[in-house]
Amino acid sequence: MADLIEAATRTLPLSGFHGGSAAAVLSVATPATRISLRAKPDAVSALSGALGLSLPMKAKTSASLNGRHALWLGPDEWLVIDENEADLMAAVAVSNVLHSATDISHRNTAILVEGRGAEVAVNGGCPQDLSLAVFPVGACSRTVLAKAEIVLLRTAEDAFRVECWRSFAPYVSGLLAEAAEDAGN
Amino acid sequence: MLLIYCPYCEEERSELEFRQAGDAHIARPTNMTEMTDEEFEAFFFLRDNVKGLTFERWRHLNGCGRFFNAARDTVSDKFLTTYKAGLPKPDLSTLRPATEAIVETYEATESDAK
Repeated sequence: MADLIEAATRTLPLSGFHGGSAAAVLSVATPATRISLRAKPDAVSALSGALGLSLPMKAKTSASLNGRHALWLGPDEWLVIDENEADLMAAVAVSNVLHSATDISHRNTAILVEGRGAEVAVNGGCPQDLSLAVFPVGACSRTVLAKAEIVLLRTAEDAFRVECWRSFAPYVSGLLAEAAEDAGN
Repeated sequence: MLLIYCPYCEEERSELEFRQAGDAHIARPTNMTEMTDEEFEAFFFLRDNVKGLTFERWRHLNGCGRFFNAARDTVSDKFLTTYKAGLPKPDLSTLRPATEAIVETYEATESDAK
């Protein structure tokens, strides 16, 4: 039995996927740990201390430090992503304040959209205004990409991280690939 | 496409991110076990379905996830205002447009055409 467990390999959604165009390159983000964090305002400072970065309190803003991102999703809800696969559940567990944390590392997967046409590619399915004045670097939002729910984070002027549920990944990646082709023209 | 102002996100977003969630300001009875079936039916099922101004709950489902209230005109589909859940009905005398939009009917525009 032990041999079987060791032989089991993790199959990532979208493993091997690459696509896009010269204007908007699509790639799969490396595996990351993620938690869905909910807490009242009085618990925010303790949770921020436990996570090592201050949870944003303003709509559509995020905080990032050393590969760890905290994204404002709602007035009492955050998505915390750690690209170094640190144990976020253990990190918030020591905060000693009332909160709700759910490990969603494997529920989500992320697609990186990069290039001068990244904005156009994401706008191929997302109705939000993604101009830099309204959606600056570091801005994030839960929104829709056509029929799928996504969480969008702008990591650079010409780069987005698109978080989606793993079961939606084929749809989201296919749609982004189509939109990236169009973005090149 | 309609743009709806979310009072929690504090900006206008596309209607695609929202879901309508029924009438607003429905007082939930505190004595539900003592109510007659007719009274319960009135509270639970019966809605006004007004033509014109109505108060509705909306949810920013694919956004902040919050419920909020909206004053909306069911004829024009125009949102007069949106406000956070739990707040009282806003004063609509300040919100109603001063002049009603002119409806261009056949009679009004073409009836005396030669």
